[in-house]
Amino acid sequence: MDRYECNGCSYVYDESRGDIHNGYPAGTLFSALPDDWCCPDCAVREKPDFVKLEETAA
Amino acid sequence: MMTQTLVTETPAAWKDGKRGLWMMGVLWPALPLISAALALSTGMGLFWWLTPVVIYGVLPLLDRLVGEDRVNAPESAVAALENDRYYRLATFLFIPVQYICVIGGAWLAVSGGLPALDILGLAVSVGLVSGAGINTAHELGHKRENLERWLARITLAPAMYGHFYVEHNRGHHVRVATPEDPASSRLGESFYAFWPRSVWGSLTSAWHLEKVRLERQGKSVWNWRNDNLQSWAMTLVLFGGLALWLGPIVLPFLIFQGFIGFSLLEVVNYLEHYGLVRQKEASGRYERCKPEHSWNSNHTVTNLMLYHLQRHSDHHANPMRRYQALRHFEQAPQLPSGYAGMIVVAMIPPLWRSLMDKRVLAHYQGDVTRANIHPPVREKILAKYGAAQPQTLEA
Ligand SMILES: [Zn+2]
Repeated sequence: MDRYECNGCSYVYDESRGDIHNGYPAGTLFSALPDDWCCPDCAVREKPDFVKLEETAA
Repeated sequence: MMTQTLVTETPAAWKDGKRGLWMMGVLWPALPLISAALALSTGMGLFWWLTPVVIYGVLPLLDRLVGEDRVNAPESAVAALENDRYYRLATFLFIPVQYICVIGGAWLAVSGGLPALDILGLAVSVGLVSGAGINTAHELGHKRENLERWLARITLAPAMYGHFYVEHNRGHHVRVATPEDPASSRLGESFYAFWPRSVWGSLTSAWHLEKVRLERQGKSVWNWRNDNLQSWAMTLVLFGGLALWLGPIVLPFLIFQGFIGFSLLEVVNYLEHYGLVRQKEASGRYERCKPEHSWNSNHTVTNLMLYHLQRHSDHHANPMRRYQALRHFEQAPQLPSGYAGMIVVAMIPPLWRSLMDKRVLAHYQGDVTRANIHPPVREKILAKYGAAQPQTLEA
C-alpha cells in the first residue's frame, strides 16, 4: 500500500485508508481513483499532480 | 511557495500590523444591533436603514480614503501566523453576534410594533448579516478541522444556503473560471442574468455531488449523511423554532432576509471571476487555477470586514491558506475598488460593463477571445472588442 501527496496542500492519499467519506474504501489503489479525481482538500491539484511518497510504511 | 519551508529567520521578527483589526469582522453582524439601539432610543425610523447605508455607502468611501494594503507576510512567518488561534477566534465570534441578530431581528419584526417600512429596513439589515455569514462560513468551511467545518454550516443556516458548504469546495473550486462553473460570471453577462444561473446551477450541482458521493458509498441520496440535507435541516430547525415561538407570521421575514443574504453572496460571486477563464491544455484538462483567474482587491477596510475574502486570487490558487496569510500577487487582475463598492456597481449593469469590460480586455492584452464570454452575447462582444488593438488602462 502506497501513499501519495498533493504537491500543493500536502494532503496525503493513503491507499491503506482510502477516503471513506468520499466513497473510496480502505485499500482503494491510487491507480483505481477516477481520472478526473482531484485533491479532496484543495481541489486545485489533480491526480497527475500527486507525488508518490518514498517511505517504509509505519 | 506551497511546500513547508524550513524556518530560517525567527518568525517573531515579523508582526502582523492588522492583527488587532481582524475583530472588525464582528462589527458587520453588530451593525443591525447598533441600528436597532439607535432607532429605538431616538424613535427615528431612518436608523433601521443604517446597515445598508454603512455597507453600500460608508464602506466604499472608507475604501477610497484608507486605500490599499499590499503587505504580504514573509513565508517564514506563515506557519506561526496560521497557528495563532486568535485569528480563529475572530471568525468564531462572528457567529453568536449573527444569531443574536437574526433571532432578535425576528422577534422585533413580529413583536416590536414597528411600521412596515422599518421592518423592511430591519429585514434587509439582518439579510446582509446572513450574507456576510456565508463569507464567515466560507473561511471556516475550507478548513480540515471538524469544529470549523461544523461552525461553517451553522453560519450558513440563516441564509438558507447550506448547500454552499458542498458546492463551493467541491464544485466551484474545481471548475472555477471555466464555462462549466455556474458561479464564475462571464464577460457580457449582467448580474441579473448571472443570479438565476448561479443560484440554480449551484443548487443542482451540490445535489449531484452528494448523490455521486453517496452512491460510491452504496447509499441513496436520500440519506441523513447527505451534507445538503443536514445543512438544510439546520435552516429548518432555526426557522421552525422561531415560527413555533413567534408564530408563522415570522416566516416571510425569515425567507426575505435569507433571500437578501444569499443574493449578497451571489453578487460577490459575480465580482470574483468576471470574464476570467482557464485555458484548456493539450491534455484536455484546464490549466491549473492561478492567481490570474480571480479578481483581487487589496482595499483595506472591506478586507478587514470580510476576513481577506478579497485576496481572492491567492485563495483560489491556495485554498488551504488561512485568511490572515493570504497574499497579494502582482500578476492578479485588480478590481478598481473593494467589494463593498463593486457590489453597488454590479447592480447597475451599464456601469459595471463600462468599468470592468476594459479591464478584462486589458488583462488579456486586447485579445477578447481569451476571455470567458457569455454565449448569448458572444457575437456582439466579438464584434465590439474582437478587432480591438492591445489596450492599456487609462488611470
Ligand atoms: Zn491539495
